[in-house]
Amino acid sequence: MAFASKSPWVIHYDGSSCNGCDIEVLATLCPGFDGERFGVINTGNPKHADIFLVTGSVNEQNIGVVREIYEQMLEPKVVVACGICACSGGVFHDCYNVVGGVDKAIPVDVYAPGCAVRPEQLIDAIVAGVAKLDEKSAAMKAARKGA
Amino acid sequence: MSLITTLVGTLLFAVLGPVVGCLLAGLDRIVSARMQGRVGPPLLQPYYDVRKLFEKERASVNSAERVYVAAALLFALIAGGVFFSGGNLLLCVFVITLSSLFFIMAAYSTRSPYAEVGAARETLQVMCYEPMVLLMAVAFFQATGSFDVAAVLDMPHPVVCTIGLVFLGVLFILTIKLRKSPFDLALSHHAHQEIVRGVTTEMSGPTLGLVEIMHWCENVLFMGWIAMFFVWGSPLSAIAVVAVVALVYFLEIWIDNNFARVKWQFMFKSAWLVALVAGGVNIALLAFL
Repeated sequence: MAFASKSPWVIHYDGSSCNGCDIEVLATLCPGFDGERFGVINTGNPKHADIFLVTGSVNEQNIGVVREIYEQMLEPKVVVACGICACSGGVFHDCYNVVGGVDKAIPVDVYAPGCAVRPEQLIDAIVAGVAKLDEKSAAMKAARKGA
Repeated sequence: MSLITTLVGTLLFAVLGPVVGCLLAGLDRIVSARMQGRVGPPLLQPYYDVRKLFEKERASVNSAERVYVAAALLFALIAGGVFFSGGNLLLCVFVITLSSLFFIMAAYSTRSPYAEVGAARETLQVMCYEPMVLLMAVAFFQATGSFDVAAVLDMPHPVVCTIGLVFLGVLFILTIKLRKSPFDLALSHHAHQEIVRGVTTEMSGPTLGLVEIMHWCENVLFMGWIAMFFVWGSPLSAIAVVAVVALVYFLEIWIDNNFARVKWQFMFKSAWLVALVAGGVNIALLAFL
């Protein structure tokens, strides 16, 4: 049995978002939606996190930061692109400084489009990410046994 | 108390302590959530968290960190074993402090600025609660004539009758020891604090799992300290203990949810003042009356 899916701790990074999606991410943890029902905890530390929630597009300034946070997270880990800007760059896709969606910097597992992304959709995305976490956890276990 | 009793007690505590502590932590999170108008996680959520942490990739900044954390857990288990087998209260106090010191060393060993801030604050917290804890042991000796915890079983009345002020003092520093707001300076249960994660910033995966287990065991031990004040030579004390422990833990959760974190200066002044007034006055009363 994999426990990765039972306690998805998230870390939230605001790329170049307008803050709309960030407010929704925090709203997800508020009483109305209560992400903690599924064991979701918002950590401020990449080394403790399982799910990386990125809001906003990646630009030349923050691409290094996004990669750094991703590198610091331990396997199994999942990346969720929250909001249309994080998915594809959104309305900012052709700005001179915007590189594009988060998948231009790091591998993305779940895309949650929306402007801003709704808490219900975020919970759905996290649940989809959690299934991915279990897959990766099982693969890790198999690799450890094989090795 | 013989060595065998302590060993058996430690082994039993190593098995039962984490189980009880885990359930207590689960209950804590549910009650906290209800106070905030949320449904909250399942009762076994802390267990799921720790199992997940042990499934994570193994990585650490250096090889010493894990050893320090394991030593901290080991000494927390020994302190619990000494206490619950009716052993020497003073020894229990010193061993649990040693456990805290190993935990601080673990944070310092990583050389991370965030972990060092956490370690410095943890040191400060130890400095804040330690006088009251030592005075508790002294007052306990005055009340029972022995440092052995088992002495309470021969008492005609619970020790809280004679050292009630000390009990109130211990209640005050319990908030620091349980790492509850407003005194959760070094390491908060609630994530997203200004110093990343304090002491555990660099601890991850299985190491963090050990920290969680240590925290459960510590909580059970501290609740044992509270229970000690209400035990006397009568089977009725079981009811008193359950009621008091439940009430005290509920009070701690309520405090945690209702007070914002204070600055270390306030924590330091108030903790020493309480230790001096509650502990000092009670000890003086017992010594001179």
